[in-house]
Amino acid sequence: MTTLAPPAPPGTRRTTSRGRRSGSLVWMALPALLVFVAFAVVPLVGVLLLSFTSWDGIGVIRPAGFDSWRSTLSDPGLLHALWVTFKIMALSWLVQTPLSLLLGVFLAGHQRYREFLAVLFFIPLLLSSAAIAITYKALLDPNFGLGAGLHLPLLTQDWLGDTKLAVAVIIFVVSWQYIPFHTLIYQGAVRQIPRSMYEAAQLDGAGRIRMFFRITLPQLKYTIITSSTLMVVGSLVFFDLIFVLTEGGPGDATRVLALAMYKQGFQANLMGLASAIAVILVGLGLVLALLLNRIGGGSSSASQLEGM
Amino acid sequence: MATTVDAGTRPAAGGQKRRSRGRGARRPNWLGGAAGWLWLLIVIVPIYWIMITSFKTQSNYFQTNPLAPPTEPTLDNYKVVIEHDFIRYFVNSAIVTLGAVVPAVLVSFMAAYAIVRAGDWWVLRSVNSLFLMGLAIPLQAAIIPVYLIVIRLHLYDTLLAIILPSIAFAIPLSVLVLSNFIRDVPKELFDSMRVDGASEWSTLRHLAFPLTRPALVTVSIYNGLAIWNGFLLPLILTQSPTQRTLPLALWTFQGQYSINVPAVLASVVLTVLPILALYVLGRRQLLSGLTAGFSK
Repeated sequence: MTTLAPPAPPGTRRTTSRGRRSGSLVWMALPALLVFVAFAVVPLVGVLLLSFTSWDGIGVIRPAGFDSWRSTLSDPGLLHALWVTFKIMALSWLVQTPLSLLLGVFLAGHQRYREFLAVLFFIPLLLSSAAIAITYKALLDPNFGLGAGLHLPLLTQDWLGDTKLAVAVIIFVVSWQYIPFHTLIYQGAVRQIPRSMYEAAQLDGAGRIRMFFRITLPQLKYTIITSSTLMVVGSLVFFDLIFVLTEGGPGDATRVLALAMYKQGFQANLMGLASAIAVILVGLGLVLALLLNRIGGGSSSASQLEGM
Repeated sequence: MATTVDAGTRPAAGGQKRRSRGRGARRPNWLGGAAGWLWLLIVIVPIYWIMITSFKTQSNYFQTNPLAPPTEPTLDNYKVVIEHDFIRYFVNSAIVTLGAVVPAVLVSFMAAYAIVRAGDWWVLRSVNSLFLMGLAIPLQAAIIPVYLIVIRLHLYDTLLAIILPSIAFAIPLSVLVLSNFIRDVPKELFDSMRVDGASEWSTLRHLAFPLTRPALVTVSIYNGLAIWNGFLLPLILTQSPTQRTLPLALWTFQGQYSINVPAVLASVVLTVLPILALYVLGRRQLLSGLTAGFSK
């Protein structure tokens, strides 16, 4: 509570003043609370409830017990979507983390040209997933894209039509979009490492590589965990990019959980099933965030960027 | 944060500019340098390609080297894009972004102020915990009930349908960042306001608001970018072309004109242009806005 003035006023006056103050504080918090509850908390509870109903998106919502859960969990499509999600999650983490670290350390230097590089570097952060996906779709088109124009057979493959290539393309485009963000996080963190640590190591004759592994990496531990949490939990909800780029295809090669949910709900009109998948998504996200938080010793905040 | 001035102008990065200049000059970081230049190329080539191609005619695009600048630059592609109602989509996106960011930041600021000022009081502490848990709610997972609510409120296919959930999902992170910032304001300032008999509302307006302005800008930028680029909410909650926002318009436009690559790329350039302009104007603030709450 707010600290009261040193000469404490008599009991009655104190409570009224305190009551009035906390009253206005409640009024201040109320609008945010109401909107948040109505459009975030209620939907979160709602999705759990909806997973026990059957609804086609237009008509009446009927209770359906465990029907949706039974058919979702016995659907081989779900297992496949889980597999694709984990594949993309793991591979994009593996590509992004070392590169972001390396680039973050590099960009933490203050030389002119590095600052200039940084300006161009962060441009992908500004673009929408839709714009990025559309650009790459055009760029990779085997007939009209860059490869065809340059007459380079290596670039002129059916990038989005081949099962393996499509997954690779998605990992590449995801990295293209998000490496700048993680680089930015690492850049900030590296700049906060005390210079004296490096100076001391230098006096001991440590080389650059040794300093990286002995000082930089341990100092960045929490940053690595935060960044990894954002990558891993964020990759659960990749939707825009994959939806525009491949729509889950070819076949179901890139149908991640979020896309499976969309297709069940808004294309097949099976909202109950889609809600069950959504619940799985939330559960997975929480488990992964807690797990990574545990690895990090529990002090870093496991939060996630919604929609990015 | 020793003084209020410091608290008010905290730079996210690049604060210790002079001090560490030259570290890399003494010990060249070859690996980092190679990665840096290589990744720069990977970033720049597609962007360069979008830019130059959007000024090429379709026939010119097929005949010439795709990486060569246009021999006779044309604005025809932009004309095609604008003829396809992109001005309207642009206005829609602007309405949604402003209509969501301004209220979201305002209510988050009030809530953050209340949370900080209430200290240990359990009521607002639990409100704060609720917001913190909200950080873990992905929009994608909540979209089906949001759709249901929007239908029941008869808001389906309106811009308000996009705005309301956008506000809700902007609140948790905004409250987190803003309350961290307000906590840095020295307690004595609040106390002196109170001794002067100022109410909480006037303290909020005359003390907290001016001191929190940089964080308000940061949070607005972060949310503005996320909402401007948002795809899922417009996809699910609107239907008619008149309610379309830019990312959705890009997608439908490509669906119709996938063969006309220069026109598609012109539409991409057009949607990115305002953000790029902002980036040129306020790069530091934009970048610090992007990592709000993650790099402290």
